[in-house]
Amino acid sequence: MIGPSSIGIEHYVVVSSILFVLGVLGIFLNRKNVIVILMAIELILLAVNLNLVAFSAFLGDLTGQVFAMFVLTVAAGEAAIGLAILVIYFRGRGTIAVDDVNRMKG
Amino acid sequence: MIHILAFYLFASLTILSAVLVIMARNPVHSVLWLILAFFNAAGLMVLVGAEFIAALLVIVYVGAVAVLFLFVVMMLDIDFAELRAGFVKNFPLGMLIALVLVAELVMGIGAYQAGAIELGTPDGSAAPRLGESNIENIGALLYGRYLFLFETAGIILLVAMIGAIVLTHRQRKDTRPQVISRQVARRPDEATVNVKPEVGQGVKL
Repeated sequence: MIGPSSIGIEHYVVVSSILFVLGVLGIFLNRKNVIVILMAIELILLAVNLNLVAFSAFLGDLTGQVFAMFVLTVAAGEAAIGLAILVIYFRGRGTIAVDDVNRMKG
Repeated sequence: MIHILAFYLFASLTILSAVLVIMARNPVHSVLWLILAFFNAAGLMVLVGAEFIAALLVIVYVGAVAVLFLFVVMMLDIDFAELRAGFVKNFPLGMLIALVLVAELVMGIGAYQAGAIELGTPDGSAAPRLGESNIENIGALLYGRYLFLFETAGIILLVAMIGAIVLTHRQRKDTRPQVISRQVARRPDEATVNVKPEVGQGVKL
Protein backbone atom coordinates (compact mmCIF):
# COMPACT_ATOMS: atom_id res chain seq x y z
CA MET A 1 0.00 0.00 0.00
CA ILE A 2 1.35 3.34 -1.03
CA GLY A 3 1.14 6.13 1.45
CA PRO A 4 -0.02 9.59 0.54
CA SER A 5 3.52 10.93 0.59
CA SER A 6 4.79 9.13 -2.49
CA ILE A 7 2.33 8.30 -5.27
CA GLY A 8 -1.06 9.94 -4.96
CA ILE A 9 -4.41 9.28 -6.49
CA GLU A 10 -3.64 11.98 -9.06
CA HIS A 11 -0.91 9.85 -10.60
CA TYR A 12 -3.31 6.97 -11.09
CA VAL A 13 -6.03 9.23 -12.46
CA VAL A 14 -3.56 10.72 -14.94
CA VAL A 15 -2.47 7.27 -16.13
CA SER A 16 -6.03 6.04 -16.51
CA SER A 17 -7.17 9.20 -18.28
CA ILE A 18 -4.29 8.89 -20.74
CA LEU A 19 -5.30 5.26 -21.33
CA PHE A 20 -8.90 6.31 -21.88
CA VAL A 21 -7.94 8.97 -24.39
CA LEU A 22 -5.72 6.49 -26.20
CA GLY A 23 -8.68 4.14 -26.50
CA VAL A 24 -10.88 6.90 -27.95
CA LEU A 25 -8.08 7.90 -30.32
CA GLY A 26 -7.75 4.27 -31.40
CA ILE A 27 -11.43 4.20 -32.36
CA PHE A 28 -10.95 7.35 -34.40
CA LEU A 29 -7.77 6.27 -36.13
CA ASN A 30 -8.78 2.72 -37.04
CA ARG A 31 -12.24 3.49 -38.31
CA LYS A 32 -12.23 0.56 -40.73
CA ASN A 33 -10.75 -2.23 -38.67
CA VAL A 34 -13.32 -3.61 -36.24
CA ILE A 35 -10.79 -5.77 -34.43
CA VAL A 36 -8.66 -2.80 -33.46
CA ILE A 37 -11.82 -0.89 -32.50
CA LEU A 38 -12.74 -3.73 -30.13
CA MET A 39 -9.22 -3.65 -28.69
CA ALA A 40 -9.54 0.11 -28.19
CA ILE A 41 -12.78 -0.50 -26.29
CA GLU A 42 -10.87 -2.97 -24.12
CA LEU A 43 -8.31 -0.23 -23.44
CA ILE A 44 -11.10 2.15 -22.39
CA LEU A 45 -12.53 -0.47 -20.03
CA LEU A 46 -9.04 -1.07 -18.64
CA ALA A 47 -8.78 2.63 -17.90
CA VAL A 48 -12.13 2.51 -16.11
CA ASN A 49 -10.97 -0.50 -14.08
CA LEU A 50 -7.72 1.22 -13.15
CA ASN A 51 -9.66 4.26 -12.02
CA LEU A 52 -12.08 2.20 -9.93
CA VAL A 53 -9.30 0.21 -8.29
CA ALA A 54 -7.17 3.27 -7.57
CA PHE A 55 -10.04 5.17 -5.99
CA SER A 56 -11.10 2.11 -4.00
CA ALA A 57 -7.57 1.71 -2.65
CA PHE A 58 -7.00 5.34 -1.83
CA LEU A 59 -10.42 5.83 -0.24
CA GLY A 60 -10.23 2.56 1.67
CA ASP A 61 -13.53 1.33 0.23
CA LEU A 62 -13.54 -2.10 -1.37
CA THR A 63 -16.73 -1.52 -3.34
CA GLY A 64 -14.70 -0.08 -6.18
CA GLN A 65 -12.82 -3.34 -6.58
CA VAL A 66 -16.08 -5.31 -6.60
CA PHE A 67 -17.38 -3.06 -9.35
CA ALA A 68 -14.11 -3.43 -11.25
CA MET A 69 -14.88 -7.15 -11.23
CA PHE A 70 -18.32 -6.52 -12.70
CA VAL A 71 -16.80 -4.28 -15.38
CA LEU A 72 -14.38 -7.11 -16.14
CA THR A 73 -17.30 -9.53 -16.52
CA VAL A 74 -19.20 -7.27 -18.86
CA ALA A 75 -16.03 -6.61 -20.86
CA ALA A 76 -15.44 -10.32 -21.32
CA GLY A 77 -19.03 -10.88 -22.47
CA GLU A 78 -18.82 -7.91 -24.80
CA ALA A 79 -15.61 -9.18 -26.37
CA ALA A 80 -17.10 -12.65 -26.90
CA ILE A 81 -20.32 -11.33 -28.50
CA GLY A 82 -18.44 -8.73 -30.56
CA LEU A 83 -16.00 -11.26 -31.95
CA ALA A 84 -18.86 -13.69 -32.70
CA ILE A 85 -20.67 -10.96 -34.65
CA LEU A 86 -17.40 -10.22 -36.41
CA VAL A 87 -16.96 -13.85 -37.41
CA ILE A 88 -20.47 -14.18 -38.89
CA TYR A 89 -20.09 -10.82 -40.60
CA PHE A 90 -16.85 -11.99 -42.18
CA ARG A 91 -18.52 -15.24 -43.23
CA GLY A 92 -21.24 -13.37 -45.07
CA ARG A 93 -19.23 -10.54 -46.61
CA GLY A 94 -15.66 -11.74 -46.82
CA THR A 95 -14.36 -8.50 -45.30
CA ILE A 96 -14.56 -6.72 -41.97
CA ALA A 97 -14.40 -3.14 -43.25
CA VAL A 98 -16.99 -1.29 -41.19
CA ASP A 99 -17.22 1.61 -43.60
CA ASP A 100 -19.73 -0.24 -45.76
CA VAL A 101 -21.86 -1.60 -42.95
CA ASN A 102 -25.08 0.09 -44.01
CA ARG A 103 -27.39 -2.83 -44.55
CA MET A 104 -29.64 -1.77 -41.71
CA LYS A 105 -29.88 1.81 -42.89
CA GLY A 106 -33.53 2.69 -43.44
CA MET B 1 11.45 4.73 -3.30
CA ILE B 2 11.03 1.37 -4.99
CA HIS B 3 7.28 2.05 -5.08
CA ILE B 4 7.75 5.26 -7.02
CA LEU B 5 10.16 3.59 -9.40
CA ALA B 6 7.80 0.67 -9.99
CA PHE B 7 4.85 2.98 -10.49
CA TYR B 8 6.60 4.99 -13.17
CA LEU B 9 7.88 1.81 -14.84
CA PHE B 10 4.44 0.20 -14.98
CA ALA B 11 2.66 3.42 -15.93
CA SER B 12 5.03 4.29 -18.75
CA LEU B 13 4.98 0.73 -20.11
CA THR B 14 1.16 0.66 -19.96
CA ILE B 15 0.85 3.90 -21.90
CA LEU B 16 3.56 2.95 -24.38
CA SER B 17 1.95 -0.38 -25.15
CA ALA B 18 -1.49 1.25 -25.40
CA VAL B 19 -0.05 3.62 -28.01
CA LEU B 20 1.36 0.65 -29.89
CA VAL B 21 -1.99 -1.18 -29.72
CA ILE B 22 -3.65 1.52 -31.75
CA MET B 23 -0.65 2.26 -33.97
CA ALA B 24 0.61 -1.20 -34.90
CA ARG B 25 0.28 -2.17 -38.55
CA ASN B 26 -0.39 -5.83 -37.85
CA PRO B 27 -3.40 -6.65 -35.63
CA VAL B 28 -1.54 -9.66 -34.24
CA HIS B 29 1.07 -7.25 -32.89
CA SER B 30 -1.79 -5.12 -31.57
CA VAL B 31 -3.09 -8.05 -29.56
CA LEU B 32 0.38 -8.76 -28.17
CA TRP B 33 0.81 -5.11 -27.14
CA LEU B 34 -2.65 -5.28 -25.54
CA ILE B 35 -1.45 -8.23 -23.47
CA LEU B 36 1.58 -6.21 -22.36
CA ALA B 37 -0.69 -3.29 -21.45
CA PHE B 38 -2.85 -5.60 -19.34
CA PHE B 39 0.16 -7.04 -17.56
CA ASN B 40 1.46 -3.60 -16.66
CA ALA B 41 -1.96 -2.41 -15.55
CA ALA B 42 -2.08 -5.48 -13.32
CA GLY B 43 1.27 -4.36 -11.93
CA LEU B 44 -0.18 -0.95 -11.16
CA MET B 45 -3.06 -2.60 -9.34
CA VAL B 46 -0.71 -4.76 -7.30
CA LEU B 47 1.16 -1.61 -6.29
CA VAL B 48 -2.00 -0.13 -4.87
CA GLY B 49 -2.83 -3.28 -2.91
CA ALA B 50 -5.54 -4.80 -5.12
CA GLU B 51 -3.86 -8.08 -5.83
CA PHE B 52 -7.09 -10.00 -6.47
CA ILE B 53 -8.24 -7.71 -9.28
CA ALA B 54 -4.71 -7.81 -10.69
CA ALA B 55 -4.74 -11.60 -10.78
CA LEU B 56 -8.21 -11.54 -12.30
CA LEU B 57 -7.04 -9.11 -14.95
CA VAL B 58 -4.20 -11.41 -15.94
CA ILE B 59 -6.35 -14.54 -15.87
CA VAL B 60 -9.47 -13.19 -17.57
CA TYR B 61 -7.95 -10.71 -19.98
CA VAL B 62 -4.67 -12.29 -20.92
CA GLY B 63 -5.89 -15.84 -20.56
CA ALA B 64 -9.27 -15.56 -22.23
CA VAL B 65 -10.04 -12.31 -23.98
CA ALA B 66 -6.66 -11.67 -25.58
CA VAL B 67 -6.39 -15.28 -26.72
CA LEU B 68 -9.89 -14.98 -28.21
CA PHE B 69 -8.75 -11.89 -30.08
CA LEU B 70 -5.66 -13.71 -31.27
CA PHE B 71 -7.77 -16.63 -32.52
CA VAL B 72 -10.14 -14.37 -34.43
CA VAL B 73 -7.35 -12.27 -35.92
CA MET B 74 -5.53 -15.34 -37.13
CA MET B 75 -8.68 -17.19 -38.26
CA LEU B 76 -10.03 -14.49 -40.53
CA ASP B 77 -8.22 -14.04 -43.80
CA ILE B 78 -8.18 -10.28 -44.10
CA ASP B 79 -6.14 -7.83 -46.11
CA PHE B 80 -5.12 -5.56 -43.29
CA ALA B 81 -3.23 -3.11 -45.48
CA GLU B 82 -6.49 -2.14 -47.14
CA LEU B 83 -8.14 -1.57 -43.78
CA ARG B 84 -5.50 0.96 -42.82
CA ALA B 85 -6.23 3.17 -45.80
CA GLY B 86 -8.13 5.82 -43.84
CA PHE B 87 -5.50 6.05 -41.09
CA VAL B 88 -3.72 9.16 -42.38
CA LYS B 89 -6.98 10.83 -43.33
CA ASN B 90 -8.45 10.31 -39.86
CA PHE B 91 -5.27 11.31 -38.04
CA PRO B 92 -5.79 15.12 -37.69
CA LEU B 93 -9.40 14.87 -36.50
CA GLY B 94 -8.55 12.03 -34.12
CA MET B 95 -5.61 13.94 -32.64
CA LEU B 96 -7.75 17.05 -32.25
CA ILE B 97 -10.44 15.17 -30.35
CA ALA B 98 -7.84 13.35 -28.26
CA LEU B 99 -6.18 16.66 -27.36
CA VAL B 100 -9.52 18.17 -26.36
CA LEU B 101 -10.24 15.13 -24.18
CA VAL B 102 -6.80 15.22 -22.56
CA ALA B 103 -7.15 18.94 -21.88
CA GLU B 104 -10.50 18.42 -20.23
CA LEU B 105 -9.25 15.55 -18.10
CA VAL B 106 -6.11 17.46 -17.07
CA MET B 107 -8.24 20.45 -16.15
CA GLY B 108 -10.42 18.20 -14.05
CA ILE B 109 -7.44 16.71 -12.26
CA GLY B 110 -5.93 20.15 -11.78
CA ALA B 111 -9.18 21.39 -10.29
CA TYR B 112 -9.14 18.44 -7.92
CA GLN B 113 -5.55 19.18 -6.91
CA ALA B 114 -6.39 22.80 -6.30
CA GLY B 115 -8.92 21.69 -3.75
CA ALA B 116 -11.99 22.74 -5.67
CA ILE B 117 -13.59 19.31 -5.49
CA GLU B 118 -14.02 17.46 -2.24
CA LEU B 119 -13.87 13.71 -2.57
CA GLY B 120 -16.14 11.80 -0.28
CA THR B 121 -14.44 10.10 2.59
CA PRO B 122 -15.30 6.48 3.23
CA ASP B 123 -17.37 5.68 6.22
CA GLY B 124 -16.22 2.77 8.30
CA SER B 125 -19.17 0.58 7.35
CA ALA B 126 -18.25 0.43 3.69
CA ALA B 127 -15.52 -2.18 3.91
CA PRO B 128 -15.93 -5.04 6.32
CA ARG B 129 -12.58 -5.74 7.91
CA LEU B 130 -12.50 -9.49 8.27
CA GLY B 131 -8.92 -10.39 7.62
CA GLU B 132 -6.02 -8.46 6.31
CA SER B 133 -6.03 -10.09 2.91
CA ASN B 134 -7.57 -8.39 -0.08
CA ILE B 135 -9.22 -11.57 -1.38
CA GLU B 136 -10.91 -12.27 1.95
CA ASN B 137 -12.40 -8.80 2.10
CA ILE B 138 -13.56 -8.88 -1.51
CA GLY B 139 -15.09 -12.30 -0.99
CA ALA B 140 -17.01 -11.11 2.05
CA LEU B 141 -18.32 -8.13 0.13
CA LEU B 142 -19.05 -10.07 -3.05
CA TYR B 143 -20.89 -12.96 -1.45
CA GLY B 144 -22.56 -10.75 1.11
CA ARG B 145 -23.86 -7.38 0.09
CA TYR B 146 -23.34 -7.81 -3.65
CA LEU B 147 -24.59 -11.39 -3.92
CA PHE B 148 -27.39 -10.60 -6.35
CA LEU B 149 -25.13 -8.47 -8.51
CA PHE B 150 -22.65 -11.33 -8.49
CA GLU B 151 -25.33 -13.74 -9.70
CA THR B 152 -26.38 -11.22 -12.32
CA ALA B 153 -22.79 -11.16 -13.53
CA GLY B 154 -22.96 -14.93 -13.84
CA ILE B 155 -26.17 -14.65 -15.89
CA ILE B 156 -24.52 -12.04 -18.12
CA LEU B 157 -21.65 -14.43 -18.76
CA LEU B 158 -24.09 -17.26 -19.51
CA VAL B 159 -26.04 -15.10 -21.95
CA ALA B 160 -22.80 -14.02 -23.61
CA MET B 161 -21.67 -17.62 -23.95
CA ILE B 162 -24.98 -18.83 -25.38
CA GLY B 163 -25.15 -15.82 -27.66
CA ALA B 164 -21.68 -16.38 -29.04
CA ILE B 165 -22.41 -20.06 -29.66
CA VAL B 166 -25.78 -19.36 -31.29
CA LEU B 167 -24.29 -16.65 -33.48
CA THR B 168 -21.35 -18.64 -34.77
CA HIS B 169 -22.84 -22.12 -34.93
CA ARG B 170 -23.88 -23.36 -38.34
CA GLN B 171 -25.10 -26.67 -39.67
CA ARG B 172 -22.65 -27.79 -42.31
CA LYS B 173 -23.85 -29.96 -45.16
CA ASP B 174 -20.67 -32.00 -45.55
CA THR B 175 -20.48 -33.36 -42.05
CA ARG B 176 -22.18 -36.54 -40.87
CA PRO B 177 -23.00 -36.01 -37.23
CA GLN B 178 -24.05 -38.72 -34.84
CA VAL B 179 -27.86 -39.02 -34.48
CA ILE B 180 -28.32 -40.72 -31.17
CA SER B 181 -32.10 -41.24 -31.47
CA ARG B 182 -31.65 -43.15 -34.71
CA GLN B 183 -28.93 -45.28 -33.15
CA VAL B 184 -31.10 -46.08 -30.15
CA ALA B 185 -34.14 -46.85 -32.30
CA ARG B 186 -32.27 -49.44 -34.32
CA ARG B 187 -33.46 -53.05 -33.85
CA PRO B 188 -31.54 -56.19 -34.79
CA ASP B 189 -34.16 -57.45 -37.25
CA GLU B 190 -34.07 -54.29 -39.31
CA ALA B 191 -30.37 -53.74 -38.94
CA THR B 192 -29.29 -57.05 -40.51
CA VAL B 193 -30.46 -58.48 -43.82
CA ASN B 194 -30.13 -62.06 -45.04
CA VAL B 195 -29.23 -62.18 -48.75
CA LYS B 196 -28.51 -65.06 -51.02
CA PRO B 197 -26.79 -63.66 -54.11
CA GLU B 198 -26.62 -65.50 -57.40
CA VAL B 199 -23.26 -66.70 -58.59
CA GLY B 200 -21.44 -63.94 -60.41
CA GLN B 201 -23.65 -61.14 -59.11
CA GLY B 202 -22.89 -58.66 -56.41
CA VAL B 203 -24.78 -57.75 -53.33
CA LYS B 204 -26.78 -54.53 -53.39
CA LEU B 205 -26.58 -52.70 -50.14
